[in-house]
Amino acid sequence: MGVEPQPAAPLPMVLARLREILAGVPDPEIPVLSVIDLGVVRHLRERADGTIEVGVAPTYSGCPATPVIKADIIHALERGGFRAVAVDVLSPPWTSDWISEEGRHKLRRFGIAPPAQAVSSARRLLQPDPAIACPHCGSTGTKKLSEFGSTPCKALYRCDSCLEPFDYFKCL
Amino acid sequence: MTPHCRYVLRLADTSLILAQRLGEWIGHAPALEEDLGLANVSLDLLGQARMLLSWAGELEGRGRTEDDLAYLREESEYLNATLVEQPNGDFGQTIVRQVLVDAWQLELYERLQQSKDPRLAEIAAKAVKETRYHLRYSAGWLLRLGDGTDESHARVQAALERLWPFTNELLAADEVDREVEAAGIAPAPDTLLPAWSARVDEILKDARLEKPAITPFGWHGKQGRHSEHLGYILAEMQSLHRAHPGAAW
Repeated sequence: MGVEPQPAAPLPMVLARLREILAGVPDPEIPVLSVIDLGVVRHLRERADGTIEVGVAPTYSGCPATPVIKADIIHALERGGFRAVAVDVLSPPWTSDWISEEGRHKLRRFGIAPPAQAVSSARRLLQPDPAIACPHCGSTGTKKLSEFGSTPCKALYRCDSCLEPFDYFKCL
Repeated sequence: MTPHCRYVLRLADTSLILAQRLGEWIGHAPALEEDLGLANVSLDLLGQARMLLSWAGELEGRGRTEDDLAYLREESEYLNATLVEQPNGDFGQTIVRQVLVDAWQLELYERLQQSKDPRLAEIAAKAVKETRYHLRYSAGWLLRLGDGTDESHARVQAALERLWPFTNELLAADEVDREVEAAGIAPAPDTLLPAWSARVDEILKDARLEKPAITPFGWHGKQGRHSEHLGYILAEMQSLHRAHPGAAW
């Protein structure tokens, strides 16, 4: 048995097309973000038989959106004329730091406060949260209502200035 | 089954059974926020259990999938720590159990990131980030309950007394633990004790709770010898799959 040819980087034009397609694939739970904005697409490779391999990092281990994201990616690429497979990429683990700058703007416009800080220190997660700015009025006079919101990646907050409740996308 | 595979299965089962227990709160928690909180912790644990079960199945090499391992094993084949199968009790008892397990998993996953088993190290690196939030949640509630009213204080102190003896099993090494330690796959549980104790002591102190005395009490869930509660959990968890093999949503 010979050595299997390794998947290779697609040609730049192909890569640009792939990224363009994926930029149109929404996250099923936060549809304002594309899978590119969310930073879950870790690699795009072309296998020897021409199949495009998409490496997808799950956000949270049990997130039910992950299989949906993988299926949506495959369907979108197939509609674009590619054969595609999606594989899990566990390492390095997904971090909220990978949400793009554009993704952070989109979150705020959608009413979700983006993650406040870069996750550099492991121990820091056990410290008190920094002040989270309300995505509606910008005030930092906000209170955490609950560590977990409607999905594992979000916490529930309330703004004491405009009195609106909002979701905060947690650092991970 | 090799010690390596047994060890991974122990971790998987501990996460799976705790996820199942926390799932019992869905629709019954004291407030909507806690319903969501407990469900989200459960979901993370389930995700971790799935990764670990899949890996254990591959290590075993008999073609068993995560579903085969979760749904088609009997009680004595389950290798979870006995603590996680203990009943939820009231919200306070659930929180006490969660603090004890979260602090243990946090220490364990931090160390497992250096495992010579690269797959286990990857899973631990993913899980450790989620576990930090679990402990924040559970410790936050223990502070409020322990340092709350006389009633809440008395209830969580009683829960602590009741559950404390089960922690012995989490932190004592047996033959399997020694073998995986020698192979560089995992730290022996007794080496986690100092860091675990330091973390738990600090939380208990802040919560004005008294640390129970050490007892010689021993449980052997991780060797497949369980308390009377596991059978009921499995009966509920496995009934659908056994009645309709391969059923999917």
